[in-house]
Amino acid sequence: MPDRKRPKLAVWKFSSCDGCQLSLLDCELELLAVSEAVEIAYFLEATRKVVKGPYDISLVEGSITTPHDVEAIRHVRRQSRKLITIGACATAGGIQALRNFKDVKDFIDLVYAHPEYIDTLDRSSAVSEHVRVDFELRGCPINKHQLLEVLNASLNGRRPNVHPHAECVECKMRGNVCVTVAKSEPCLGPVVHAGCGGLCPSVGRGCFGCFGPMETPNTVAMAAKLAEMGLDGRDIQRRFRGFNAYADAFRRESEVHGG
Amino acid sequence: MRASIGDKVIFTHAELDRLIALLWGDGIPVVGPKVADGAVVYEPLGGIGEMPWGWSDESGPGHYRLVAGEDGALFGYSLGAQGWKRHLYPPRQNLFRAERAGRGFRILRSVGDDASPPMAFLGVRACELTAIGVLDRVFSQEGFEEPGYRSRRGKVIIIAVECARAVGTCFCASAGGGPAVDGRFDIKLNEIVEDGGHVFLAVAGSDTGAALLSRLSVVPASDAQIIIAAAQPVEAARQQSRRMDAEAPGILERSLESPHWDDVAGRCLTCGNCTMVCPTCFCTTVEDVTDLSGNHAERWRLWDSCFTIDYSHIAGGALRQKASSRYRQWLTHKLSTWHRQFGMSGCVGCGRCIAWCPVGIDITREIESLRKAGGSDGTD
Ligand code: SF4
Ligand code: SF4
Ligand code: SF4
Repeated sequence: MPDRKRPKLAVWKFSSCDGCQLSLLDCELELLAVSEAVEIAYFLEATRKVVKGPYDISLVEGSITTPHDVEAIRHVRRQSRKLITIGACATAGGIQALRNFKDVKDFIDLVYAHPEYIDTLDRSSAVSEHVRVDFELRGCPINKHQLLEVLNASLNGRRPNVHPHAECVECKMRGNVCVTVAKSEPCLGPVVHAGCGGLCPSVGRGCFGCFGPMETPNTVAMAAKLAEMGLDGRDIQRRFRGFNAYADAFRRESEVHGG
Repeated sequence: MRASIGDKVIFTHAELDRLIALLWGDGIPVVGPKVADGAVVYEPLGGIGEMPWGWSDESGPGHYRLVAGEDGALFGYSLGAQGWKRHLYPPRQNLFRAERAGRGFRILRSVGDDASPPMAFLGVRACELTAIGVLDRVFSQEGFEEPGYRSRRGKVIIIAVECARAVGTCFCASAGGGPAVDGRFDIKLNEIVEDGGHVFLAVAGSDTGAALLSRLSVVPASDAQIIIAAAQPVEAARQQSRRMDAEAPGILERSLESPHWDDVAGRCLTCGNCTMVCPTCFCTTVEDVTDLSGNHAERWRLWDSCFTIDYSHIAGGALRQKASSRYRQWLTHKLSTWHRQFGMSGCVGCGRCIAWCPVGIDITREIESLRKAGGSDGTD
């Protein structure tokens, strides 16, 4: 092994469910190798032991939803040589960005007994809206193999092998039979970023779009196809408003439909 | 009975089962048609019990369905969802492994060392055999031989089955890919299901094929059976309503700046499905992976598509940003520039790209539209 200092890794959490961080713990066998290759300096989900920054690599989970988050993410950025967002929340605002389409005050009044204690922004936003991001890893949750690949690539100074093309490419490579063509099952695969490995079509379900928009999503043609399959405006809007509802391409398409 | 190359012999469907068993017994895995997830797929096959017995299929633009067949045939369907490409040229291939050695690295294993196992393909259709011929041409280009493909291909036994019918997306008759089986096969079969009888008329096309047939219980074919078999591809051609314009290469040459590309781009999802299912599309990308320590590396080759942005990425950025230019690349290479590059068409008329395009974009219709949009040479 070439002599190299073990880089310091930090894992941060904002508004999120912790699922993406858990993907790191879920690496099981590879986790040992990861902990040998990097110094896990800040990862509260795994250990209370905290090593002070700066950090070489920061993995950021979660969206920015409060004034406090805005400050905190700047603090993270200042301490991090490389900042990588993990998951749909950090990369596109997450499922909680559904509130962006409504007035957040209405929700607060409805949900909390003491709305006056709630200090929140009116939108849930992606980390990249606030600070510079070096790499965005997609997915809800992320794919642990892709997470390892991104860490591995950072450590070895190479570009990660993460493909922004359509989900259909991995679906076909896996040998799946297309659910849209063979079963008329609505599937977002053609406009969705690859990365999950073709999970849903492999079990006969259409793609839900966990990985957000692909590199050049033709959402207009996709929506026309969904309509042809019998989905009404409301259904089509809902298809685009999932975990990546506030990713630009999906947000814009969703705003055209409704009912 | 000993069968020689060219003899027309008859055996029962039970003997087909025995042929499959014989091949496995010889250490040759048989890949053939099965039903999975509502379609016919080509997978390792243990016997005729696993085959799409009694199934047929229908297809149209963006549409495919398995339906009950009329006659209980084993080969009553038309085509598998994906062709034989994934067995001859798998979606992911390891090219070599390497380990760090001082300041450089040492290659531990390369694809040329890979002793890939032999395989027998059962149920290769005429268009598919033509497509394999196209890949043979592409991968044996002088100076650009592809060792992995060549090694796999060299050990494949081809048992072709001639089509007796066509589905809505077939246009092999006009594209030149079929429906009569014509090419290098080891055994060619015609399935004859009549009056409760279920037999195969077989012809050996190679010594390997003749030796295999000689191990089965066969009788000479009758004149009536020979006539029935000969009529099958004629009927399959007659049923084809789609056709590829013979002028396609010229139409495309004259259509580089056609406004019609923008029209297709409005409909095309740039999803790449067409290229993935096309039996002649061979484009790949190369990817290097390392382990966390950086001491071990592997180089992999992955299927790629001219519909991805990365595909045309060179220093400075991707050349084909717009969907119109990516669609143009696919159609123009396949149907026009392929001739100059390889001396043949890149399209055999299997119709898979039409059936498996989620939005049903149909290359035969796009050629017609381009002709109308000004791609004709003015003689008609
Ligand atoms: S099932 Fe979905 S992801 Fe797979 S090829 Fe069809 S449309 Fe694409
Ligand atoms: S271009 Fe379409 S019809 Fe022609 S060989 Fe490829 S998949 Fe078949
Ligand atoms: S032609 Fe059809 S299958 Fe091909 S990239 Fe466009 S939408 Fe996808």
